[in-house]
Amino acid sequence: MNKLIGNFIQTNTRVLDLGCGDGSLLAFLKKNNQVKGLGLEIDHQKIQNCLQKDVSVIDQDIDSGLSNFQDQSFDTVIMSQSIQALRKPEVALEEITRIGKEAIISIPNFANWRCRMQLIFGGTMPVSSALPHDWYSTPNIHLCSLKDFERLCVDHGAKILERRLLSFDGQEKSFMKAAPNLLTEIALYRVKAMN
Amino acid sequence: MSNDSLGRVETKSFIHKDAFTLKSGKSLQGFEMVYQTYGDLNEARDNAILICHALSGNHHVAGLNEEDKKGWWDDMVGPNKAFDTNKYFIVGCNNLGGCHGSTGPNSINPENNLAYGSSFPMVTVGDWVKSQDLLRIHLGLPFWFAVVGGSLGGMQALQWSIDYPDLVKKIVVIAAAAKLSAQNIAFNEIARQAILADPNYNSEDKLPKTGLGLARMLGHITYLSDDAMREKFGRDMKKDEVNFSYDVEFEVESYLRYQGESFSNRFDAHTYLLMTKVLDYFDPAEAYEGDLAKTLKTVTAKALLIAFSSDWRFSPERSRELANAFIEAKKDISFLEIDSPHGHDAFLMPSETYDSAVQTFLEKNE
Repeated sequence: MNKLIGNFIQTNTRVLDLGCGDGSLLAFLKKNNQVKGLGLEIDHQKIQNCLQKDVSVIDQDIDSGLSNFQDQSFDTVIMSQSIQALRKPEVALEEITRIGKEAIISIPNFANWRCRMQLIFGGTMPVSSALPHDWYSTPNIHLCSLKDFERLCVDHGAKILERRLLSFDGQEKSFMKAAPNLLTEIALYRVKAMN
Repeated sequence: MSNDSLGRVETKSFIHKDAFTLKSGKSLQGFEMVYQTYGDLNEARDNAILICHALSGNHHVAGLNEEDKKGWWDDMVGPNKAFDTNKYFIVGCNNLGGCHGSTGPNSINPENNLAYGSSFPMVTVGDWVKSQDLLRIHLGLPFWFAVVGGSLGGMQALQWSIDYPDLVKKIVVIAAAAKLSAQNIAFNEIARQAILADPNYNSEDKLPKTGLGLARMLGHITYLSDDAMREKFGRDMKKDEVNFSYDVEFEVESYLRYQGESFSNRFDAHTYLLMTKVLDYFDPAEAYEGDLAKTLKTVTAKALLIAFSSDWRFSPERSRELANAFIEAKKDISFLEIDSPHGHDAFLMPSETYDSAVQTFLEKNE
């Protein structure tokens, strides 16, 4: 996944990773793409991990707003599998495309066939490698499918430049093209503001 | 966290013989600056850290001084501590205008051979940084690996990164702000009025201890959080019954009176006045029409900002403002808000998150 994202990113650019976790992706991009990276994270253990990796990180909750970031101030804004955990994904999407000249957003696909099967035949909320939490303890409060996310983009002024269909471990699988919304586990989008 | 101590530490003195012009336009005919150092300078001379003190601090940062007193940041500076003296050569100095050995209101004015007292010229954070740079040269240091401080000390670290971008690699700015708020200046003004209104202020044979004590009592409240005071004192009384008088009855009164009195015995009122003014005047963005991001344009140091959740004297929001300016200026910045019940004073106390953030930030080299 890191490598795939790295392919989308020009060298010597500025990258903002929203929900950067332990800083692995930014550390990778810093090494391979010579980017100037900044991460946002609220988990103090993960912030510590970022500092260990020499990744700059701001202790800030995405849900409390991103108004402290200037328009188009980053070349790329990354949101890797965390938009579904936000209180207001639509606001976040607008903010991401405002702050970044481009954005890379990945989502776990809730309409994946395994999820559908679990719900239909098991009668339980789906738990999978991409969505490993039980319903009561999941941070993922706004799950969506590829179709849902793409409609969100249309409704909130984001233009999709590219879409990649991946397995939960970030491998591109060409068979998923046959029925993306059914087969994809994780979808990776490159988007920008419409105008 | 480590309990290792540096043991006895020695105070050294640096004498600057040339005239030193201050931002106010006034000048000192040279100055003395006392300092202490901990740990060893390595061969490459690239492991020196300057620790800047806050309002009531001084050069005695860590270890035991001649009077067997621990330094003000002994919990965090020493072998295997947050600022590890096994790795770094750490310098603490007493700022100009101080009352612990450096040239200040208690020094003799060479123009009239009398103590300066209230006539000691006003200094600024910029003046301090300039004088600290002379100390750097005196110590033969090509640059500071890091400049660090909490509160007013953090302001000096910030000023260092602005004024001498080539001479500082990293800054750690803790529980500070890019400028004081009106509320903050207001607290300082009350502290000053307490001193200035003391009948012994500027008296020839008496000290304005009551005023200084009052100033400290007020300051002390603002350094603690409401919760911390409730936890520590609640409404506990010295005796079981109230006696309907103005004597000390509540524990918190007793504590504050003690703090005020002991402080007034070890600190100088003129220095206190001066330090509060240094705080009030601090506003590096003033020269850039208030644009903080523009002010930081030439900064090259990597910055770590730390704030504490219950600090209301220098609230996390003020640190965030500063962090945002670093982001806007496209600088290398990390910011951490640590949960702590200890208010502003939290910057003096080690904690796991605090220590390891500082340690990791300092350890990583580009």
